[in-house]
Amino acid sequence: MMRDRDTQEPLDVDLDDAELAAKLEKTWASRPGFWGAIATVDHKVIARRYVVTAFVFLILGGLLAMAMRLQLSRPEACFIGPDRYNQIFTMHGSNMMFLFAVPVMEAMAVYLVPLMVGTRNIAFPRLNAFSYWIFLFGGLLLWLSFALDTGPDVGWFAYVPLSGPQYAPGKRADLWAQMITFTELAALAVAVEIVVTVFKQRAPGMSLDRIPVLVWAMLVMSFLVIMAMPAIMVASSTLILDRLVGTQFYNPALGGDALLWQHLFWFFGHPEVYIIFLPAVGMVSTILPSFVGRPLFGYLLLVMALIATGVLSFGLWVHHMFVVGLPRVGESFFTASSMAIAVPAGVQIFCWLATLWAGRPVFRTPLLFVLGFIVTFVIGGLTGVMVASVPLDSQVHDTYFVVAHFHYVLIGGAVFPLIGAVYFWFPKMTGRMMSERLGRWAFGLIFTGFHLTFFPMHILGLWGMPRRVYTYQPELPWAGLNLFISLSSVILAAGFLVFFIDALRSWKNGLPAGPNPWKASTLEWATSSPPPAYNFRRIPVVGSRDPLWSEAADLPVAAGMRTHRRELLVTSMVEALPQARESSPSDSVWPFWTAIATAIMLIWSIFSPWAVVWGSIPIAVALIGWFWPKGTPEDES
Amino acid sequence: MKAAVVIIIAALLAGCGGNQSALDPHGASSVALKDLIVLFALICSVIWLLVTGFLLWAVMRRRAEARRDPAAERRMTVAVRASMTATVVIVAGLTVASFHTTQSLHSGADAPVFVSVKGQQWWWQFTYRDGNQAPLFQTANEIHIPVGKDVRLELESIDVIHSLWIPSLAGKLDLIPGRKNVLTLRADRPGTYRGQCAEFCGLQHGHMALLVIAQDDSSYRQWVAAQAAPAAEPSDAEAAAGKAVFMSKPCAACHTVRGTPATGSSGPDLTHVGGRQTIGAGLLETTRGSLAAWIADPQTLKPGNNMPLVPLTGEELRQLSAYMEGLR
Repeated sequence: MMRDRDTQEPLDVDLDDAELAAKLEKTWASRPGFWGAIATVDHKVIARRYVVTAFVFLILGGLLAMAMRLQLSRPEACFIGPDRYNQIFTMHGSNMMFLFAVPVMEAMAVYLVPLMVGTRNIAFPRLNAFSYWIFLFGGLLLWLSFALDTGPDVGWFAYVPLSGPQYAPGKRADLWAQMITFTELAALAVAVEIVVTVFKQRAPGMSLDRIPVLVWAMLVMSFLVIMAMPAIMVASSTLILDRLVGTQFYNPALGGDALLWQHLFWFFGHPEVYIIFLPAVGMVSTILPSFVGRPLFGYLLLVMALIATGVLSFGLWVHHMFVVGLPRVGESFFTASSMAIAVPAGVQIFCWLATLWAGRPVFRTPLLFVLGFIVTFVIGGLTGVMVASVPLDSQVHDTYFVVAHFHYVLIGGAVFPLIGAVYFWFPKMTGRMMSERLGRWAFGLIFTGFHLTFFPMHILGLWGMPRRVYTYQPELPWAGLNLFISLSSVILAAGFLVFFIDALRSWKNGLPAGPNPWKASTLEWATSSPPPAYNFRRIPVVGSRDPLWSEAADLPVAAGMRTHRRELLVTSMVEALPQARESSPSDSVWPFWTAIATAIMLIWSIFSPWAVVWGSIPIAVALIGWFWPKGTPEDES
Repeated sequence: MKAAVVIIIAALLAGCGGNQSALDPHGASSVALKDLIVLFALICSVIWLLVTGFLLWAVMRRRAEARRDPAAERRMTVAVRASMTATVVIVAGLTVASFHTTQSLHSGADAPVFVSVKGQQWWWQFTYRDGNQAPLFQTANEIHIPVGKDVRLELESIDVIHSLWIPSLAGKLDLIPGRKNVLTLRADRPGTYRGQCAEFCGLQHGHMALLVIAQDDSSYRQWVAAQAAPAAEPSDAEAAAGKAVFMSKPCAACHTVRGTPATGSSGPDLTHVGGRQTIGAGLLETTRGSLAAWIADPQTLKPGNNMPLVPLTGEELRQLSAYMEGLR
């Protein structure tokens, strides 16, 4: 009999399934009660919180959008004044990008990646807990400031000098900049966890060419976060310095430069789009095979396309600045690179079409959202090609054409797959199915409402309607279409309402799902729904890209893991050969206290630079608690 | 859905007569830009139809028994490769078309008309200059240009970033503090073309419009001569009283009326304000009534703008608006 050398506790090989499950449950489960919930480091629990919080922000952001549509439904309407309107559109953009889209994609990664690679928890689970709290506090900060009528009003892009000390008095722009710090900190933490989880914790046998496409997408997304987010953190920090301690980074009168901000912002801002979009295409590539009953066509091409998109996304940022008057050679380069990114996008579309063509589609709700995604995203991609042209962009830049374009990309390209993904993975997350009937209604309303709302915006833009105007004059020919758009947005909102009702109802009353309701092929479906705290009773061994299809009856497993303490299997980066057993951190309330201390320091620093000095003391104390030696022996190879 | 399409198409056709539309070009650049937009839109529509058509066929087609057919997989590989190649070719073609349009866009280095534009929250200041760059006169929110001639606009901002966009004449270009950009306009036909700030610039970004009035050469010269002249003397007693109000109240601290002691420079030059079509940067048509309304309560009409409410009696307000209206 094999036993741990020190404690003489049995290893998993000698336990039968029931005993093993009981032992693992005891080792991995979080304590019940309030402090247990605060202290948990279970990636599934944290991801679920993350997803729910992000969807709450989606609802709030959607309500802001409806408020804007109310104000724009008539010329010179007086429902909302210019000051509030500017706060609303700034909040809408900042909220949707920083508090909904990026976090929800990362949350899906936090939930799915450890399950899909067959490990028991995410890497750096305490950092993961910290990340959620920081994200939550950043979101609360932004929304509380809005509720107190000090919401940021300088646009989600916060261009200087409008957001600088001279033209944005008060604390509104500081609150925006500090919210950025919160959410970027949270995003960076998750990105690091995902990269390490994917590289070092894959199930034995899951070599690089067997990684599910979604995991590839999340990996590329994480690298984009790691490389793009520092730019915006530098930008928002220098903005706060300009505003708080009188540096002059962005003041042209004293040698600063207003365009420096735009370069920094868009060096982050363009990859940001792909940070949102790549996980979505990963979801599409994962959902699709399950509903056409065949493996994805062109796995290698799709992975290459993901990586190519990630690399190219750093060479496009200037296309947000085509009308600032840059030299022509520079503009030409960025036109060419912006056009070029259509190629990897096209490759993915063609691979999905081929998969659909060769398969036997079963029209369940997730597939409907995937089909809606293809139809919609292609429009967004093509208008993206249009705005990549410098001369063409000089007419449509900063107009409703661009508003239409990026909503096609972000809603059509990312939210449609995301909702499809919620329908697809809801059974895994909750153990219950969502309603197929309501799902169809949700799809029909969202798809129709979306196109009726956003397609006419292309036309408004070509007719000369700029973005970010709180009203327009009656003599301009825009009133009819604006009213039409505002009415259509009600259909879109109704679709989301149906979706949320379905999700809430199904959470409690949905039909039990079973481990693998869609007969899907990836590892997350190899465990129960919802998965136990330890994810897998025994670590699976992978022999193909679609392990549950090729070895459906009996997935081989790896053995020799300890059961009395949290332990992960570390494998090699390329081949995923087992290398070591590594201990995984236990629950801790310290990440929570560290997040509180960090939040106090960051919010305080809006008011005084000394906060950085004094505020770092509680953070240091909390970190000492976090990293206090636990007496866990070193890892064993 | 069908009804919606009909409404959209009807609206599309109806809107083409507007004077602030990229689809209704009346200038050298905007015509080339519209051609480019139409070219891109057509190609993109065809691609979308092909993709959507194929998608429908792929999901609807009748299928034989499920069998992994190696020949079919090979055919799919060929089809995907062909589509990739087509994508590369189309994208390259569109890139070339885009470069071609950029080359063909006019750059009026030796333009006969030369105007400095200063964007500010939330109006446009125009200074016409002669061949030696010496200022001729200043005006606000409305410029006149000769048809068929290049007009060189030098764009600067005195506060935040703005963007000058007159879609029926040319694409937009930003006004950035600390930088100078140059935009060339040329109108092919006489007419009034509306433009608007396109870069978010604060509270009243939505009310920062301007008019470009393209005229034949002789009318344009007349206009220039009239603008260069000092302000007209009041023609009646009411207007004369209005002038006295203007000079005695804070108005003159911010506004210039050439030929009078009023030389303020933070607000628009009012020397010929009565002759402009609009006031408040495109906010209201210029009439005695609208002038009175604006002076009486600028903060309700355009909340947040820099003009303070100056308390006046009803009598003073009537006199002042009569004076303003007479400044043609």
